[in-house]
Amino acid sequence: MDVLPILKALRRNKIGAILIGVQIAITLAIVCNCLSVVDQYRERSSRPSGIDEGDIFTFSNQWVGKPADLAARTEADLAAIRAVPGVVDAEETNSFPLRGGGWGWGLSLKPTQKVPTSPTTLYFVDEHGLATYGLRLIAGRWFTREEVSNHGMHDVSFPASVVLSDYLAHKLYPSGNALGQIVYWTPSASSRIVGIVDRAETPWAGYGGPEDEQSSFLPYHFVSALAMYVVRTRPGRLAEAMRAVPARLYALSRQRVIDNMKTFAETRTTAYAIPRSTAVLLGSLSALLLAITIFGIIGLTMYWVGQRRRQIGVRRALGASWVDILSYFHTENLLIAGIGALLGVAMGLASNLWLVSHFALPRMSVVFIAVAALCVLVVSQAAVLWPALRAASISPGIVARGL
Amino acid sequence: MFGYYLELAVRSLRRNVVLTALMIAAVGVGIGASMTMLTTLRAMSGDPLPDKSSQLFVPQIDVWGPDSRRQSTVDRLPDQITYLDAMALMRAHRGVHQTATYAVEMDVDPGTGRPFSATGRAAYRDFFSLFEVPFASGAPWSAAADEGRADVVVLGAKLADRLFPGGDAVGRTVNLDGRNYRVAGVLQPWNPLPRFYDTNSNGSGFADTEDFYVPFTNAVERQLETAGNLNCTALPPSGWEGLLASNCVWLQFWVQLPTAAAVRAFRGFLYNYAAEQRRAGRFHWPARVELYDLNEWMVHEQVVPQQVRVNTFIGLGFLVVCLINAVGLMLAKFGARAGDLGVRRALGGSRLDIFLQCLVETGLVGFVGGVLGVGLTAAGLAVDRALLAPVAKNVQLDRLTQIDGGMLIIILAVAVAATICAGLYPTWQASRVQPAWQLKVQ
Repeated sequence: MDVLPILKALRRNKIGAILIGVQIAITLAIVCNCLSVVDQYRERSSRPSGIDEGDIFTFSNQWVGKPADLAARTEADLAAIRAVPGVVDAEETNSFPLRGGGWGWGLSLKPTQKVPTSPTTLYFVDEHGLATYGLRLIAGRWFTREEVSNHGMHDVSFPASVVLSDYLAHKLYPSGNALGQIVYWTPSASSRIVGIVDRAETPWAGYGGPEDEQSSFLPYHFVSALAMYVVRTRPGRLAEAMRAVPARLYALSRQRVIDNMKTFAETRTTAYAIPRSTAVLLGSLSALLLAITIFGIIGLTMYWVGQRRRQIGVRRALGASWVDILSYFHTENLLIAGIGALLGVAMGLASNLWLVSHFALPRMSVVFIAVAALCVLVVSQAAVLWPALRAASISPGIVARGL
Repeated sequence: MFGYYLELAVRSLRRNVVLTALMIAAVGVGIGASMTMLTTLRAMSGDPLPDKSSQLFVPQIDVWGPDSRRQSTVDRLPDQITYLDAMALMRAHRGVHQTATYAVEMDVDPGTGRPFSATGRAAYRDFFSLFEVPFASGAPWSAAADEGRADVVVLGAKLADRLFPGGDAVGRTVNLDGRNYRVAGVLQPWNPLPRFYDTNSNGSGFADTEDFYVPFTNAVERQLETAGNLNCTALPPSGWEGLLASNCVWLQFWVQLPTAAAVRAFRGFLYNYAAEQRRAGRFHWPARVELYDLNEWMVHEQVVPQQVRVNTFIGLGFLVVCLINAVGLMLAKFGARAGDLGVRRALGGSRLDIFLQCLVETGLVGFVGGVLGVGLTAAGLAVDRALLAPVAKNVQLDRLTQIDGGMLIIILAVAVAATICAGLYPTWQASRVQPAWQLKVQ
């Protein structure tokens, strides 16, 4: 196909060609940025939390009127929950993965460090913690009953032993020798790493960020008027246990408020609701934008075909086949869309850099934008097919009729 | 003449229904997408207290020192204050009104039925006059109640209605965390957006206001934990007294400073206070303080999530693409009409006449597209609401996703203005039609 006559024809139709090119460029720039956000959401929200998500539910328990014997009451509660049919194990804690709010502190390798080596979330667990969460221990051991002590809201002690997530263990000891090491919470408080679990997300993992798997487990009974209960059931018995457990607890004492009863699946949905809404919005926006661009290309090409009926007829009369006409419009579109796509790649990268620097958004990969550009080119070629077929069907006889 | 042009426009638009529909759809979809984003941004970035926001200030004191910021990329002071500093500022009493405040949660025992937990706020009585909180009945508690740590409570409209449906709650008692509180007042429904005075607790700056308010002194005496954020850089001494004596930040502080002179004076006082604390040996770094007014504070706290701004930019880019699209379609449309526009020129119509005629047609497309855009915006916001339902429990989601009168006008105005701007070039092209040439072809 000779490109020169197409370029000559385009010079007479500058505005239309520029419009399509610019439209394709902006579409590409927007679509690739949108899809990059969608992709990050997909990647982030599909990470496992490290716990047996399908069989866990949680709720908050608040004792009315601050009773003095909190530790004993909690122990009685947990015994009652563990006796409920279908319950595998239960645990009382300060927070759990993806909950949103939780406790955090800094871990140091040396007592004299001014800035901690890594921040971490603190989960209070007892000897039932491993079974309740369904965590996978990959090194060392879990806590024994003797290790677990009481910890109030304003106590400031740290335990002798700690279990870390693998991610955190590797962050502290990149060569993989974390097990058995001593880590420091303050210049005078330290713990020995007695176990490592393969995964455990933080309460705030839903917000995104580099600290999503920096979790520590501390062998503490959380002594507080307001605490979280975590319950794991046998497969398929979640709903049944969720009804039975509060009834059993209210039977023990009515002086309490049980609230925020949620399956872990609901917790996950809540944790990612905001990024998901953004992803759905931007994803559907991208689809709409592509549709609009397709219709724009169809509309304008139809107009050109209408304008050039005579010329097309002359070409046909002079011996051009309908394939020639078809490929004329496709080549013309490829030229415009190709230049538009190049411009779009540049605009997409530039706008992404701007977004990254102004809004701390993650950077988009070049592969991503290349794939998006290819998609836009294919879509644009598909869009031009119908008007091009209409053009190809113009009869050479049109010249003879003088129109 | 306008009426006649409008009639011509309708007739012309009906002649090529597909092209017209495409144009209207392009404008409508562009408006719908961009305005869905803009509605939320506008609701989020509103001034919650327009007549007073320039007088309300938040102080910050550098209680953690430069070491605490070494790992951070931004140079920010702690965005809440310690109990020690809050008490010092309350005692100094340098503003017209001031209050230290924090979020709490307490159990309400309604007497009959199960106890339930409610969100509350510990504050001084100045809280209500500081933020112009409207009372339905009763009044804020007295200064003596602040002083005496009295068991008094001001109820939000929702909780008052739940506990005392139909009746006046003032003077009655409410059992909070096992203690009886006398109701001093009941608020009218009051929901500033954003909920500026505490952007941390309950998830975001767009949380609902509290169910009840109790004296700050009473809450501290009862050792009520904060329901918001508590941040420390060093372990506090143990126990509640330890927290009060620590450099942990967990309180908000607001002060009303009516004049520029008062602001200057307060800034000076704040700096001197911090310098004095340093001399007293509490800090070993140079004194540093900040003072923000309400709207500066909303920006500093990044109350509007970054993603909402990004979405708005993307939405506006979307609108631009749709308008470019419409320009192409309009070129085609007017181009196809070169014939009858030529006839009009030949019969004595001036270029201006043609220009105005086409402009009316463009404006009509913009208006109809705008109406479609309002519908699509409403649909987009409904989708947004449905998607965000899991986090809607404490958030004023409905108000963030509703089209109010102002927004409706903005949408229609943007639609018409943007379409006319987009239509200027095609319209100008159309008015340049050569009558003789067109007639010849005919």
